[in-house]
Formats: sequence, structure tokens, C-alpha cells
Amino acid sequence: MLEGALLLAALAAGDAKAGEAVYSRCLACHSLAYHRTGPKHCGLFGRRAGDAPGFEEYSAAMKRSKLVWNEKTLDRFLENPMKAVPGTTMTYAGVQDAKERADLIAYLKQEGKCPAS
Amino acid sequence: MTSFFQLTSPAVARRAFLGKSALVLSGSAVALLAGRDVLAAKSGKSTAADVRILNTALGAELEAIAAYQVGAESGLLEKPVLALAVQFQGHHKEHADVLASTIEKLGGKAVAAKSKYQFPVESLKNQADVLRFAAGLEKGAVSAYLGAVPLFANRDLSKAAASILGDEAMHWAVLRNALGENPVPSAFVA
Repeated sequence: MLEGALLLAALAAGDAKAGEAVYSRCLACHSLAYHRTGPKHCGLFGRRAGDAPGFEEYSAAMKRSKLVWNEKTLDRFLENPMKAVPGTTMTYAGVQDAKERADLIAYLKQEGKCPAS
Repeated sequence: MTSFFQLTSPAVARRAFLGKSALVLSGSAVALLAGRDVLAAKSGKSTAADVRILNTALGAELEAIAAYQVGAESGLLEKPVLALAVQFQGHHKEHADVLASTIEKLGGKAVAAKSKYQFPVESLKNQADVLRFAAGLEKGAVSAYLGAVPLFANRDLSKAAASILGDEAMHWAVLRNALGENPVPSAFVA
């Protein structure tokens, strides 16, 4: 039981450096600083899904998902985007490995502050 | 315009026979001629989901075309590298053409290119910067197609997406090689 708790804690922590490598999988459609085929990721934490200013291409499904992005919602979405938000245009099988998801989320959290404009 | 599912046809001879005449056939006719009756149906939830996957891929391909244009017009690429960039851009145009064609043949509406794309042009100072930027996009494309392949309800579309994935992986490897990096850094892609 203690072992399980330690594992959960490790997953929760995530390794941002390892997460940068995982993030390279996202670069066909996303970047931190710019909207691309998908929305930019800076300012992600605490943002309502489907609500990044200036990004017009959200699916109706994402807009009505009522998700607010945090560690928990990101973990669920990234594991299987099309299951978490049926109808999303993020048509990607997902990051099945829980550690990779934790690392990716840690990276997004670390790098996710938008530059002051 | 070639359709996405024609890429999956094993009948190269038949395709050659059809030649340009196939271009004027309706989508359903092409599907039936290719022995893909399921594509001719072009209805149902699974087809709608497949169209959504194809459209996401198309959006990324259109952006890649624009990115290569930025690289080609940057004035930072030496002649042989410029030729390579233009060739790779041409591949992305071919991908976009067949994706758009297939979406429409499946009854969907293909997304259009955005009127404006934003790229980190301020950080592109030399040829290596451009190559590194392009390599990142190609690596992302490999991952994106890898993440799409298992999602298609129609396995012919999965096969065709895997075919594009292979092309993107070659781009990525060549760009890494041009950067002096190990062109194939691992046995698997993710």
C-alpha cells in the first residue's frame, strides 16, 4: 500500500525535463507560445477548455465540455482525448503511459506561463 | 486529384489503367472501383469520426506547407538544403491534396488553410535554426500520425495514414542528418 502511495506521489510530481521530450510529440499541432492547428499551451492551467483567447477552431464538443485544465483533467484528457471529450478535433490516441503523462503535465506547468504582452 | 484510399490499393496496374480518367469519377465510384465499398457508403458515426481525424491531419499538413514556405523564403538555406525543403513541402502538398480529396469523398468538408500562420521567425537566425524547426514539426507529424493510425474505423485509412507517417519519418531523419545529429535516434518512434 505504501509502495502504491509512493508511486502515486512520483507520478503526481512528474519530471518536467522528461516531459519536454514527450511534448515533442505534440509539435505538429501545438506550441507553447502560438496558436497553431491546435491552441497554444501557455496559460493552460486554470483555463476553461475551448476558451483560449484568439483560437477559433475549437470543436463544439470541447467548448461545451466544461472542463477546466488542471493536473487531473489534463491527465484524463491526455490518456484518451477522444474518450474524454467525444467529438474533439484532437484526434490522437493519447499518452497511455501514466508516468509520461505526469512528466508532460509537469512540463506544461513549468513552461506554461504566457509571456507578458 | 488522387484520393487517400487509392494509396492503399494494391492494384498498381489497375491504378495505372485508370490513370487520369479516375480523376473525374465520383468519390463513390472511385471507392467502389478500388474495392472499398465501405467508403462508398460515406455515412454513419464512424465515418464522421474518420473525417474528423482526416481533417485534423489536413490542418497540420496545411500548416507544414506554410512552415516550409517560411523556411524557403528565409534566405537562410543553402541551395541543396533549399531544394530539399521544397521537395518536402511538395510531399506535404501531396498529403494535403489526398486528405482533402478523401474527406470530400467521404461526405465531409475539408478544412481550408488559415489566412495567417504564426511561426517563431524571430528565433530563426541561420540554416541550422530552420532545419531544427522543421525537424521538430516533422517529429511531431510522425507522432500525430502514429496517434491517428489506430483510431480510424476504416483500416484502409489507417494503412494510408501509416504510409504518410513513413514519409514524415524520412523527412525527420534527413533533417536530423543535415543537422549532424543521429538521423535515427531510436528503434521506435513515439
